[in-house]
Amino acid sequence: MQENEFSSEDFLPATEEEKTYAAPDRPATTFFKDGMKRLLQNKVATVSAVLLILVVLMAVILPLFWPYGYSQMLGNRPGKPMDASYNNLAPFAYGQSEIKRIEAGEKVFPHIFGTDASGRDYFIRVVYGTRISLLVGFFASIIVLIVGLTVGAVAGYFGGKVDLVIMRIVDIIYSLPDTLMVILLASVLKTALGAKIQGTVLGSLGSNMLSLFLVFAALYWVSMARLIRGQILSLREQEYVLSARASGAKAGWIIRKHLIPNCISVVVISTALQIPNAIFTESYLSFLGLGVNAPMPSLGSLAAEALNGIHSYPHRLVVPALAISLIVLALNLFGDGLRDAFDPKLKH
Amino acid sequence: MSAKTVGYILKRIALAALTVWVVITVTFFVMRAVPGGPFLGEKALTAEAEAALNAKYGLDKPLLEQYATYLRDIVTRLDFGPSLKQRGRTVAEVILDGFRVSAKLGLTAAAIAIVTGTVLGSFAAIRRKKTADKVIMVVTTAFVSMPSFIMGTFLLLIFAVELMVLPANGAVSGGLILPVITLALYPTAYITRLTRSSMLDVLGQDYIRTAKAKGVSGVKLIFGHGLKNAVLPVITYLGPMIAYIVTGSLVVEQIFAVPGIGRTFVSSISGRDYPMIMGTTIVLSVLIVTMNLVSDLLYQAVDHRITLK
Repeated sequence: MQENEFSSEDFLPATEEEKTYAAPDRPATTFFKDGMKRLLQNKVATVSAVLLILVVLMAVILPLFWPYGYSQMLGNRPGKPMDASYNNLAPFAYGQSEIKRIEAGEKVFPHIFGTDASGRDYFIRVVYGTRISLLVGFFASIIVLIVGLTVGAVAGYFGGKVDLVIMRIVDIIYSLPDTLMVILLASVLKTALGAKIQGTVLGSLGSNMLSLFLVFAALYWVSMARLIRGQILSLREQEYVLSARASGAKAGWIIRKHLIPNCISVVVISTALQIPNAIFTESYLSFLGLGVNAPMPSLGSLAAEALNGIHSYPHRLVVPALAISLIVLALNLFGDGLRDAFDPKLKH
Repeated sequence: MSAKTVGYILKRIALAALTVWVVITVTFFVMRAVPGGPFLGEKALTAEAEAALNAKYGLDKPLLEQYATYLRDIVTRLDFGPSLKQRGRTVAEVILDGFRVSAKLGLTAAAIAIVTGTVLGSFAAIRRKKTADKVIMVVTTAFVSMPSFIMGTFLLLIFAVELMVLPANGAVSGGLILPVITLALYPTAYITRLTRSSMLDVLGQDYIRTAKAKGVSGVKLIFGHGLKNAVLPVITYLGPMIAYIVTGSLVVEQIFAVPGIGRTFVSSISGRDYPMIMGTTIVLSVLIVTMNLVSDLLYQAVDHRITLK
């Protein structure tokens, strides 16, 4: 047992040279900084993020100074007969009175994507549609997060019978065919809510949009609840929590330093990945005529409307379709990047 | 089969049955929340006419009794009541008519997706990090992010409107080609990715190395030893795939004017044909729940490594 013997030399203070071994090579990094660094190294995720920021900025800023409104029928001037030359304009074409103004030397803002069958500037409708789709995606995900977080946390925290009952309900909702239920609820809520919310704040939101949010709150929270319950159950039993407790850490410290950092990234990531899902569902419902109320456009309803004139005006389909695909793709890729960068369970 | 396996199977069947019951119940009570009741829609009727209609469809009876009747009719006679818009026909007849077309469409799409997906996925795994693999991955990523109605309208635009090589109408001969492709693209892309990752996993296993060492050649190695094991996760996707094809067919049949169950469903939504909406929702839900059950049980039966809970 030669190795286990100690000599008095082992108890001498460390020399300066020995101390340098223990010095960190680089300044300590935080979980957030570390994740951000990984995220920025991920080219696909960074490009997606830049694209998304551009799309959001466009959807927010452009309507502020765009000379045309999304529901403004350009051929409709007060006190004048309807000017049909504004309907179905090709991209960068002008209506009759606009051509006269241009001939007179005036500058007229171009209709980049032309106009639709009612003479509304199509570009601004796409911009508004993007705005609506993004809003629906964002708020639906927040609703899913709130409901799922509450239910999941209650199930995970109380355990026992409460957990059992909640999880059986979750099992059943989970195995429901969600899209069919969404269609069913949306088609009923549309008529059932329509009259009741007229004139209230909710009324301006539109019965379809409201039913969409209700449907998300009622059905899509289950995977989030499962996730959060699982997180809470497993984190509670982790060795580092036990070790922290054994070292005398208080509950607040454990929650702040161990539970939240380990749980939050997973929750944020799955919320982020919920957004494209919601945009998908909204555009699908809009396409079936169950989405936002007219004249409000969403990308799905624009695509659905364009289907009628597909032979003559294919660009009206291509533009919103590309917009949805790009947004959903960018959100998915960014969400994946977020997960790769911030999920503590993944190996780097 | 061990007692544990039987217990698991029974539990899964019970959950499926419970889910179907929930679907029927939710459908029934949600439809009763419609102003004017499901059989009246939004038409303004005189009091007598309304009373007569209510009596005819049993709507004057207590809600729970109506519910019991509705449930009993479905379970014993598959009777979903009469269609409101298609006079003189029952919901069951209309659904059966559309189902013949939709089943052909959906099953063809599913078959194409499974075959193409597994082949492409295996191919990508073998050519890992080579050009072919990269191309396949980029293309499948794009397809996975594209809603079915967009894929459908693009295909319509390209092949039926611009090139005019395929018919846009799903009711004529050859008309099902575009709808089948539209429906198959997403599941194909998904199965390709699934097969690729599980094939990569399998190819790293010891038994593959052993087979290689014993001199098994490339094709036999991949398809005999590799694919047999790599295809397991694909089985779990069968249920979700049917769900995707069912919901996808709602819009795809709309786009290509296919006279199937999805088109009937969509037109019954816009026409507020509530008995039709209820019947179709229930039938399609039963289909999806059953397929989920089947693919789950199949997976258990095929893969002996899975421990039952």
